Amino acid sequence: MTEIRFEHVWKEYGSSIVLENVDFTLDNHEFLVVIGPSGVGKTTLLRLLLAQERPTRGRILLDGEPIAGEPTADRGVVFQRYSVFPHKTVLANVMVGPQWAASPLLGRLFGAPKRALAERAMALLARVGLAEHAQKYPQQLSGGMQQRLAIAQALMNQPKVLLLDEPFGALDPGTRRAMHSLVRELWEEHAMTIVMVTHDLMEAFHLGTRVIAIDKARKDSQAPERFGATITSDFCAKPRIVRDSRRFETARLRAAEAASAVPSSASERD
Amino acid sequence: MRRIVNYAPSAGGRLLLGALPFAIAVIAYVIVSDARLAANPGDKIMPAFSSFVAAMQRVVFRSDPAVGQPLFWFDTWFSLARLGAGVGISALLALTLGVLVGFIPYVRSALDPMIATLSLIPPLAVLPILFIAFGLGETSKVILIVFGIAPVMVRDIVLTVMAIPREQIIKAQTLGASTWQMIIGVVLPQIMPRLIDSVRLSLGAAWLYVIAAEAITAEGGLGYRIFLVRRYLAMDVILPYVAWITILAFVLDFALRQLSQRAFPWKHLKEA
Repeated sequence: MTEIRFEHVWKEYGSSIVLENVDFTLDNHEFLVVIGPSGVGKTTLLRLLLAQERPTRGRILLDGEPIAGEPTADRGVVFQRYSVFPHKTVLANVMVGPQWAASPLLGRLFGAPKRALAERAMALLARVGLAEHAQKYPQQLSGGMQQRLAIAQALMNQPKVLLLDEPFGALDPGTRRAMHSLVRELWEEHAMTIVMVTHDLMEAFHLGTRVIAIDKARKDSQAPERFGATITSDFCAKPRIVRDSRRFETARLRAAEAASAVPSSASERD
Repeated sequence: MRRIVNYAPSAGGRLLLGALPFAIAVIAYVIVSDARLAANPGDKIMPAFSSFVAAMQRVVFRSDPAVGQPLFWFDTWFSLARLGAGVGISALLALTLGVLVGFIPYVRSALDPMIATLSLIPPLAVLPILFIAFGLGETSKVILIVFGIAPVMVRDIVLTVMAIPREQIIKAQTLGASTWQMIIGVVLPQIMPRLIDSVRLSLGAAWLYVIAAEAITAEGGLGYRIFLVRRYLAMDVILPYVAWITILAFVLDFALRQLSQRAFPWKHLKEA
């Protein structure tokens, strides 16, 4: 269970206000997409959640507890670029998180634990379609493959929340569509919470279960920095009850198929 | 007729064109040297190649009674030892200080102004201080090299560390890395190729300080020998020594470049 709560969060840099009074609660296993015009503070919102920056006022709670004051392993992230380590192979990139957790001094495992981890990493790489590229370096991969690698790397640590900062912004339309379905599937399989920032409305409504638009509600043309952006619209794109019933329905259909498949195969054998 | 910038020589043509200036220089030397020797057979300024061979046979193969071994190897060993010690210590300093200053804001605030100031002091100006403080022995020579090249190398590594994208550092933290793990797992591997390049660039300056220090006082060394035999206008020794130093510098540079390519293949990949 993961619940994210923004409690009247403000972010100011000196006298200029970026975010004002952002207040919302995000339930477990939601796919939140934050949209808004360029430079309005979407990325700042994500950075606050990542604890790369701290709110000037208000609190951010994760499962009722204030989030740590620095980025930690409970919140994974994928940036638009530079989120994988160029000096490690694809496989080593995916294995790095668990190795850091297990070995504080050397940051690497040896022997049987390493083989077990490599197996788990290869399974995840196969899931995102990078199994045959395991020994390559990130520079040898295309942009879409690098982003798939970055997602796999973040998922290895099983974070409570996965934060995506315009992850598909630099990809071509075909690759972007493929990435959309991959992310949707991973979100279902891992039953996690995703918070994504984008400026692409189509993408937002295609992927998100909840879409929040942030913008400046008030404007002062004499002093534009005196008002910050806040939530201007909060839209439930895919209501939970619809999702739940659909999931229930697929499970029921699958069970029915399985039940009908068993006797038929048994009768064939006779 | 295309523009001249659109013509490129073939592989063989490049080799030939590259060798041409060397050939011209050698031929010009031989012609001028012959003319001078014809006018004055005792001319020492531009000796013939036969004199080079004779002089080199003397210093390379014949053991010198004063040092108990051929002077050439004695000098080479002394200079390379000084160069190696100075460059090695500088590289180590650059690695440790560079990473700490570049990665940890508090260390940066404390040490960056000091390093910037040190790098502005002309090293040769403090050479007398080094000789007074550390004597005329090897210590002051090695410190001169370190003083000359370490500040630049440290600052180079600091800039390299700071140029690592912030996203990578944040990502490492979200994967649970501690500061130590980020240093050995993210920062160090990524600056090692740059450290090798930094050493390559500093080698020229390091040679300058080795020879400058040896010129003033030493038991032996390539620079010491050059400045010693200068008194006798012994160009037949000086010119081969200069050529030898050039060859050594080239070999070191080549070896470091190979090391970088072997040890850090990811750095030398072309973008897909």
